Amino acid sequence: MSRISAGDRPRLARRARLRLDELSRAHVLLSPERGLVLNEPAAAILRLCADDRTVEQIAQQLATGAPLERVRSDVIELLSELRARRLIEIEAGAA
Amino acid sequence: MSAPRPWTLIAELTYACPLRCAYCSNPLELNGPSTPLGTADWRRVLGEAQALGVMQAHFTGGEPLLYPDLGPLVGDARSLGLYTTLVTSGIPLDRARLQTLAERGLEHVQLSIQALEPETSRAVCGRDALAHKLRVATWVKELGMSLTLNVVVSRLNIHELPQLIELAERIEPDRLELAHAQYLGWALRNRDRLLPSAESLAQARAVTREAQARLGGRFEISAVLPDYHAGRPRACMDGWARSYLVVTPFGKLLPCHAAHALPLDFDDVRSAPLAELWERSPALQQYRGTDWMQEPCASCSERDRDAAGCRCQAFELTGDASAPDPACRLTPAHHLVRAARERAENPEPSALQLRRPPRDRVLECKS
Repeated sequence: MSRISAGDRPRLARRARLRLDELSRAHVLLSPERGLVLNEPAAAILRLCADDRTVEQIAQQLATGAPLERVRSDVIELLSELRARRLIEIEAGAA
Repeated sequence: MSAPRPWTLIAELTYACPLRCAYCSNPLELNGPSTPLGTADWRRVLGEAQALGVMQAHFTGGEPLLYPDLGPLVGDARSLGLYTTLVTSGIPLDRARLQTLAERGLEHVQLSIQALEPETSRAVCGRDALAHKLRVATWVKELGMSLTLNVVVSRLNIHELPQLIELAERIEPDRLELAHAQYLGWALRNRDRLLPSAESLAQARAVTREAQARLGGRFEISAVLPDYHAGRPRACMDGWARSYLVVTPFGKLLPCHAAHALPLDFDDVRSAPLAELWERSPALQQYRGTDWMQEPCASCSERDRDAAGCRCQAFELTGDASAPDPACRLTPAHHLVRAARERAENPEPSALQLRRPPRDRVLECKS
């Protein structure tokens, strides 16, 4: 699978749904017979995986005070892992 | 001790089913007169399960499509935020009803495939409905829901595994589940006809591994091997009354599908609020944690991982529900499992006993 790049547009896979768990106040990514409890940074990234945002736009929104370079690589790392589990889909950005 | 948080509610809406699978986990007999849960009961169960922390609702049976109010219950579950799964044979289903279920919020369909060859299918479950099941699979995908194909693997169909995987490749589900029969209830009665030989299992394992490596990017293939051959017990249901709540058509609150066979007095969900039963039901408390365990489990380093295996299997094989699961090679009763495995190398011809038509049983029970 190709590397995720800054211009790609990630979104939740159809089979996945993000919801808040009222008991723990954590976000959970639900999919068939599974639930992935997300930490705060992961949940923040996933909430932004919508509305045709690019990886770069997501990183920019989250990089308040932190170096953009590092935030971008964190975003790509999480998205790569979730794509391997088929919980997100990537629409390739213009090269 | 305080009760753990349950994540999944398994709602067995009815024991009625158009199939008669030789490995069905439903009870062999329905004991005594009892009243099935009604839709208002199920609604309360869904709401109270959600409040306890449940995030997944599986509608199953029997065949849940035979429960007339399945649609409203799916709608309820979804509006509670639960991830909704229908576990079905797909047989009494047309596209219009599936579309209604999708509109009510159904997200995932787990469709059973018993076998490919009509003859094999009739041997396993009393009929052949593959052509219809393939149509159902197509509709599930067209309607935008997630699709799992579930195959219960046994001696009867294990030779079809390569073709079953090819079929899945054509359908492209989200998941293909190759789950070995578990030898409880009907499957235990039929064990000598269902348990595969070591050689055919080794072949099946190789075929599965090859397919997982080749198809991993397209869909997931999960394989559950028989614990009879593993030498280690499986962590049944993640541990007794830990992550799963099972509610039967007659309202019993169980820790797993098969626990109705145990000599325990399971509570009726109509008798008290679900949270109270989940926390205090003596039957659910019975095998929580590790204090109840016998040796060699009590001092075993694996006890937290496998929770001493399956209570139902321990009971059905040894007569003692708190015994170590004989699937484990470290346990005194493992010879029972070994003997069954040895018989599977040279099985004697014996008749397969299909599950009796459950609809009649339900009616009998009501009268």
